[in-house]
Amino acid sequence: MSVSFKGGIHPDYEKELSSGAAIEDLPPPERAVVHLSQHIGAPAKAAVKKKQQVQKGEVLGEAAGFVSVPVHAPISGKVVEIALHLHPFGSLQEAVVIESDGEDQWCELPPETRPESLSADEIKDRIRDAGIVGLGGAAFPTHVKLSPPPDKTIDTILLNAAECEPYLTADDRLMQEEPERVLSGFLALRKVLGAKDAVIGIEENKPEAMGAMEKAVGKVDGVRVARLHVKYPQGGEKQLIDAILGREVPTGGLPMDCGVVVQNVATCAAVDDAVRFGRPLISRVTTVTGQGVASPVNLRGRVGTPVQAFIDAAGGFRGNPGRVVLGGPMMGGAIHTTDTPVIKSTGGVLVLTPEELPPAEFDACIRCGRCVRACPIHLCPNEMGNYCEVEMWDQLEGLNVGDCIECGCCAFSCPANRPLVQFFRYAKLWIRQQAALAKAAQSQDDN
Amino acid sequence: MAAEDKETSKNAGPGAASDAGKRTATDSPVEATADSPEEATADSPEEAAPQMLTVASSPHVRSGESTSRIMWTVFACLLPAAGWSVYLFGMKAAIVLATCTGGAVVIESLVQYFTRGRTSVQDGSAALTGLLLALTLPPGASVVICLVGAFVGVVVAKAVFGGLGHNPFNPALTARVFLLIAFPGPMTRWPIPLQALADKPQKLYGQSTSWLDAAGRSLDFANAKTGAALHSLAAKVDVITAATPLAVAKEHWKRGTGELTTYSDYFVGSMPGSLGEVSVILLLLGAAVLLIRGYISWHIPVSFLLGVIVMAGLTHLANPTRYMDPIFHLLTGGVIIGAFFMATDYVTSPTYPLGMVIFGLGCGLLTMIIRLWGGFPEGVSFAILIMNACTPIIERYTRPTRYGLKPWAEPEAS
Repeated sequence: MSVSFKGGIHPDYEKELSSGAAIEDLPPPERAVVHLSQHIGAPAKAAVKKKQQVQKGEVLGEAAGFVSVPVHAPISGKVVEIALHLHPFGSLQEAVVIESDGEDQWCELPPETRPESLSADEIKDRIRDAGIVGLGGAAFPTHVKLSPPPDKTIDTILLNAAECEPYLTADDRLMQEEPERVLSGFLALRKVLGAKDAVIGIEENKPEAMGAMEKAVGKVDGVRVARLHVKYPQGGEKQLIDAILGREVPTGGLPMDCGVVVQNVATCAAVDDAVRFGRPLISRVTTVTGQGVASPVNLRGRVGTPVQAFIDAAGGFRGNPGRVVLGGPMMGGAIHTTDTPVIKSTGGVLVLTPEELPPAEFDACIRCGRCVRACPIHLCPNEMGNYCEVEMWDQLEGLNVGDCIECGCCAFSCPANRPLVQFFRYAKLWIRQQAALAKAAQSQDDN
Repeated sequence: MAAEDKETSKNAGPGAASDAGKRTATDSPVEATADSPEEATADSPEEAAPQMLTVASSPHVRSGESTSRIMWTVFACLLPAAGWSVYLFGMKAAIVLATCTGGAVVIESLVQYFTRGRTSVQDGSAALTGLLLALTLPPGASVVICLVGAFVGVVVAKAVFGGLGHNPFNPALTARVFLLIAFPGPMTRWPIPLQALADKPQKLYGQSTSWLDAAGRSLDFANAKTGAALHSLAAKVDVITAATPLAVAKEHWKRGTGELTTYSDYFVGSMPGSLGEVSVILLLLGAAVLLIRGYISWHIPVSFLLGVIVMAGLTHLANPTRYMDPIFHLLTGGVIIGAFFMATDYVTSPTYPLGMVIFGLGCGLLTMIIRLWGGFPEGVSFAILIMNACTPIIERYTRPTRYGLKPWAEPEAS
């Protein structure tokens, strides 16, 4: 018996390309480009100067506000530059560039401890100081998720182990190889939240990971493993909550508004490092895969390593690369150069061959309704797309474009190849701009 | 004009980005060859020119489904029924099928040429419109009628609205209704299936219509065992026509005349009717393929048939001598082809499940109202076109409830 949600799609998963490859360590880079903006929220403020010597794990940038986390040095060496560098999201962002001294020496870390001996607040502080963000892709600061307002009770914490994005196997491998570490981090998070129930949701296509986690859980009170139907986007926060608990996150709200907090597998592993050893988040497991690389691998690489190093470790390109995507094929972002450094949330490097790429041309909507059936939020992508195409923004009212999670199910299933997600991003941008304009006009009136 | 508007809109906003994406996508292999990545890393990366890769919005993979594959699949699913009509009616049917389908494709190509529109004739929608139109015509329809129909379907019903995806009414049915109004005579002249004459002469020209009986005997259809003999016989007469079962039924309760064939005849099409009315089994076969492959959903056909069954059942129960039973109404006329192939046309029917059910029920009820009390013996075309007109408003009020509105009661702290 497996549980699921309504809507979604069944893409080719292609997990077998890399699911058999055990996690390997990628050697630290000679030169690391560490972005100060690695998370949702305010970018960190640079805390080092040019030519300063730094040790591995030292703070490079301090959290700038509550919804922000510090950024740490992934290697030991000398700060050579603090300047604008290419960010995986496509823009130029401020980054600290470190040249390695080859020592790879840790800085002084907080004393090693057992998670059980720490109080909830101490755990939360360690998580924040370690710069931990949601590693599933959104990179939302974890300590913020762990700080619900006093009027919200969290009764359940979910471990998102669905890994529903095609191709990616990093979480799968992590659960198979280090289930205790993942579970320990998960339990530390449960302690912070004081949640009664803890559920680990795993898609059925990962039987080994499920077995490993079930074994690790053993008799731990209040923790269970839930089998999830293999369907994309099963690992979407909202879909996971619906599938496992039958609850819906209120529109415009957060999971905590229905008593739930969701954490990702890699995040839990990072939390364990932070809580147990005081180690900041400077590395993570990334799947390097696709028909466009010679031998797909799962690599534990440092933040700030250029993407090219990951591709080289996978045997380099096979043939001509058609597109290089950071993340999975459904929601990942394409990059235009492999010099781009990875950030904390880079869970995958996917190289697609030119033959695999979808055509860029699109046709008129034939109203077949495939997008409507696929939308996991039950929106009307057909109508929304038609209005976005001709910029009839007023007609979008009542269609709730803002609720779109950009999972890509609609565009995936569209026979006319319409760039629906792109349309909706465009619409959201327009709505944000209108709101900003309205606000500006308002403040002018007030003056 | 419509095509021009479409072109402009595609050049704005994300459309423009997508067009640009296409250009680089085709160029990228060339660039990559010029600057192989292995070389770039083997040498010093600073010296080599940075390799530029194509970027595009996610998702980066597609289901592989395409408009043309859908259209040609539906086309293929209609071919058995079309083939059966040729078997039943001979060359006449083949000419109608070829003229309508070919005519629609040629006319679509011309429209595309003169408007420089983007809609491609290869997407199969014109061929499908032509084939569907042919299946709604009587086997003896002339070439002129077929071509006029193809023109109305492709140009008047579709192109002027902006091409595929923008037409409010089903093109094939619009064309058929136009022809019915413009050529009432030829459009209601129903030849008797040749094969039926050979197989079951007594049933078709048996007791009641003596002139037909005599004609059948004199031509010795019953003894023409081979297809060739049959066709040479058919060449001797222009056409032998009879009323469709629905028309007979209408006459039947008006004047108490006319004999009806049996249900098994309806199923295999041994009855007069349009090309697509006479092969229920093969139409259902094609429909089954579409349903299994998910090209159509059950909502519209099932609710359509349900509407017919309920109306026919109630009236039949109320007055069995005047009103035919539901099975008769399901098997005769265009209900099957209408419910599975016409009403399910994506462009002109609702996309949301509840809307589909309302649409289907409306089609079924209107069909029966026209059949039982209207001026025409058959009402499927009119019913679907009327419901096509209602589609936008049905759509507006049947949008699915979005995620995130389900209330959640916080458990009481115990």
